[in-house]
Amino acid sequence: MSARDDVLARVRASLTDVAEPDGPVDWAYGLPTAMADVVDRFVETVTDYKATVVRCGASELPGQVMRGLMETGARTVVLPAGTDEMLHRTLEMAADLSVRVDDGSLTAADLDATDAVVTASSVGIAETGTIVLDHGPGQGRRALSLVPDRHICVVRAADVVSDVPEAVARLATSVRAGRPLTWISGPSATSDIELSRVEGVHGPRHLWVILVEG
Amino acid sequence: MTSPSSTGLPGAGKTVALFATCANDVMFPDTPKAVVTLLERLGCRVVFPEEQTCCGQVFTNTGYYPEALPSVKTYVKAFSDYDYVVGPSGSCVGAVRHQHAMLAEEAGDHGLAREATAVAARTFDISEFLVNVLGVTDVGAYFPHRVTYHPTCHSMRVAKVGDAPLQLLRAVRGLQLIELEFAEQCCGFGGTFSLKNPDVSRAMVNDKARHVMDTGAEYLVTGDNLCALNISGVIHRNRGGVKPIHLAEILARTEGGNQ
Amino acid sequence: MTATEQPRRDKDGRLTPAPPEWTTRPAAPFPEAAVKGLENQVQRANLRHATGTIRAKRARVVAEVDNWQDLRSAGEAIKNRTLRHLDQHLVTLEESLTKAGATVHWARDAADANRIIVDLVKATGEQEVTKVKSMVTQEIGMNEALEEAGIAAWETDLAELIVQLGHDFPSHILVPAIHRNRGEIREIFREEMGVYGTPAPEGLSEQPAELAGAARTHLRNKFLRTKVAISGANFAVAETGTLVVVESEGNGRMNLTLPETLISVVGIEKVLPTVEDLEVFLRLLPRSSTGERMNPYTSMWTGPSAGDGPQDVHVILLDNGRTNALADPKGREALRCIRCSACLNICPVYERVGGHAYGSVYPGPIGAILNPQLRGVENPIDKSLPFASSLCGACNEVCPVKIPISDLLVHERHRVVEEKKRHQLNQFEPAMMKAASWVMADHKHLEAAGTASSLAGKLLPIRTIGPLPGPLSRWTQNRDVPMVPAQTFRQWWKENHDERA
Repeated sequence: MSARDDVLARVRASLTDVAEPDGPVDWAYGLPTAMADVVDRFVETVTDYKATVVRCGASELPGQVMRGLMETGARTVVLPAGTDEMLHRTLEMAADLSVRVDDGSLTAADLDATDAVVTASSVGIAETGTIVLDHGPGQGRRALSLVPDRHICVVRAADVVSDVPEAVARLATSVRAGRPLTWISGPSATSDIELSRVEGVHGPRHLWVILVEG
Repeated sequence: MTSPSSTGLPGAGKTVALFATCANDVMFPDTPKAVVTLLERLGCRVVFPEEQTCCGQVFTNTGYYPEALPSVKTYVKAFSDYDYVVGPSGSCVGAVRHQHAMLAEEAGDHGLAREATAVAARTFDISEFLVNVLGVTDVGAYFPHRVTYHPTCHSMRVAKVGDAPLQLLRAVRGLQLIELEFAEQCCGFGGTFSLKNPDVSRAMVNDKARHVMDTGAEYLVTGDNLCALNISGVIHRNRGGVKPIHLAEILARTEGGNQ
Repeated sequence: MTATEQPRRDKDGRLTPAPPEWTTRPAAPFPEAAVKGLENQVQRANLRHATGTIRAKRARVVAEVDNWQDLRSAGEAIKNRTLRHLDQHLVTLEESLTKAGATVHWARDAADANRIIVDLVKATGEQEVTKVKSMVTQEIGMNEALEEAGIAAWETDLAELIVQLGHDFPSHILVPAIHRNRGEIREIFREEMGVYGTPAPEGLSEQPAELAGAARTHLRNKFLRTKVAISGANFAVAETGTLVVVESEGNGRMNLTLPETLISVVGIEKVLPTVEDLEVFLRLLPRSSTGERMNPYTSMWTGPSAGDGPQDVHVILLDNGRTNALADPKGREALRCIRCSACLNICPVYERVGGHAYGSVYPGPIGAILNPQLRGVENPIDKSLPFASSLCGACNEVCPVKIPISDLLVHERHRVVEEKKRHQLNQFEPAMMKAASWVMADHKHLEAAGTASSLAGKLLPIRTIGPLPGPLSRWTQNRDVPMVPAQTFRQWWKENHDERA
């Protein structure tokens, strides 16, 4: 018998006491968690993780991205394909910034030599301070938001939901379409040494979030 | 004891079967005596069904299910006829409520399991009987001493007596309650655990005894005398002055009373 | 290192640090192994501090969730429902994974799984792999199987790196190096990093941030050149074939994203039916494990993704004893475990003894039930584990999927005792229990015992019993015992109360 048949046969033999089919689970999926203001809470919880959060209107976005890059000390930046045109042009014009758009040919070493990445995002989660990328247009392949040391991440206020259940409900379509997801809650961190939290291990050590309202 | 004088008392008209528990019967008789004094003072009629023996958890918790079954049977036989069964031990009461039906089911005796479930539902630790059934927290007790309270694991997590013991203690006149650090951590007794893993048990009880002594209390109050025996054994060896006492023994004492 | 380069070997002739000697010998049963942990004062201080810290963090973030108890019940119900029809969900998972372009392998046991992994790595021509922290690859002893096959497996989680470089064994599910303090970690890094790759920087201090920085530098090259990565999975969604890895440092993302080949070993109990089920577990897990609202990184992937990440994706579905647990309708409950470690962190036994005494990668209360379930109760360690608990029940209350751990400990004790009786081993204890059972079967027997006891109380002129010889020395080594009273309650009742009633 193949290992597959063996394992499945053992599973079935183990479950001979189970007669009835799966019953429903007493849980209402996808419900929001009550909170005073979803966006305020999001800003609060993201800030808790020692990430920087800046709130701005749509027209201020390019300027705020520039500011994020400058304040985190970035000289080279990679932009995912599908990045907002206006934003791309503004960054191109910046004198002391070298901008590359990812065409899929950048190696891990190239990305390691790049200071920063600017990405869009799919969903923000207020209760947990989490940003989710489904790696669609403007969000880049997964390595982009991982290897460079600074991640400037744009979150639209309209994409901020209360808690994980609402987020999963929104993201289910992406998952079913086979897209990978990356959930990011603050900068890379570890608590492996005496349970003391240290920000910054292998992922970006700076997370700069720009929350676009309106 | 029902008498005309008990009318109006919280326990009036209630007959309570005392589940002394085997350890209290033989090693700590003052505790069940205090339960009798206390319940009678509150107007209950107290009876002691002599068929009773033990909750059986020393067998169950050591893995000896068939050996625990006689205890389940004697318990059901002794207490089936009573509306209220009250014992001075969260651990033994917890075992009755949490394990008796399981043991009967394991033995394939569904009838016994049904009976055990029914009598278990009428079985209470003294603290929860006073607070939740009789609805009293002030039992008229007087105990002018500094005490600290260790909530034993099985009181807290199996019998789930909640804060009933603390409510009762706070209403005792003259009593000063001192908070115990790491109160919710186990004292390391655990029945046969203390014999099977003696080194770990000693490490746990040494810590607990130190925390108790650090309170500077005169008395260590618990709802389970075996846990108190474990802790006070270390305190005594270290010439510490904290004496163990069961909650019921404090509640039984009144100003000018002899208990 | 390219495939043609000769791999570097250490003074023992090994590619990766040798594990501690004691892991290759049959380990001692728990009570004996525990002594080593109890006597290690540095480790005890480390554990006291670490478990205290994490307990407080967990309590704080759990208190924030209004419907925490409902959430636990949902987690319990979803896992139960899934396990009760595991065969169907596994077949669905296999179909979804295959449709998504992943290759599915099945493994009956550790040997099967390791053979598959070695063959897959050899097919790539690579001589080293990097790893995401995973319990299951520890469980099957994968690193050593790869070492024997001439392949170096590098741990990339900080704590696992500390353990690997320290020639040590993990002692905790979530924080494998919880038994180590910063000073010890600095020494390990200074002595060992250079032997196996980028050395620790000159003048490395004990500051956790600097130590984490040294790990980042040490591993950066390995990440950038690695062609093959190996992971486990926290969850596997049957409906879509999506695997989920929950982590903090970004080492998981590095492994899941940069290499060309990704091999994931998944215990068959990790299946969840639908994407939506994740909403329950992604709330339960981080709060219960690291005590955070959410862990820094969660990755989900569904087979290879065009132009993004590894294009050669393999999933190994592993049994390795899980069907033994599944076959026991009570033991089955242990398979709900999502490896959060909350039960370890709250356990007063674990806190004092540490994880090594449990003789398994699964220590603590969950290990004390899971190991005997997975491996049986025949060997001396697994026989001893269910007794490694005072049954205080603190673990039951923190388990995010409501595993009744103390009930299962008692259940496992019953299995051990039945095994003992079958083989007529250790006749002393069964005889004692039988005798005591006889006493409790009839109140007249108990009365006789009480009479004997009270007689001793009357006749012996002592108030307190001090140190005793023999088996009772275990109790009286540090505890005095009061003398039994001269009258039992029963005797008192007969003399004083019967008439009054």
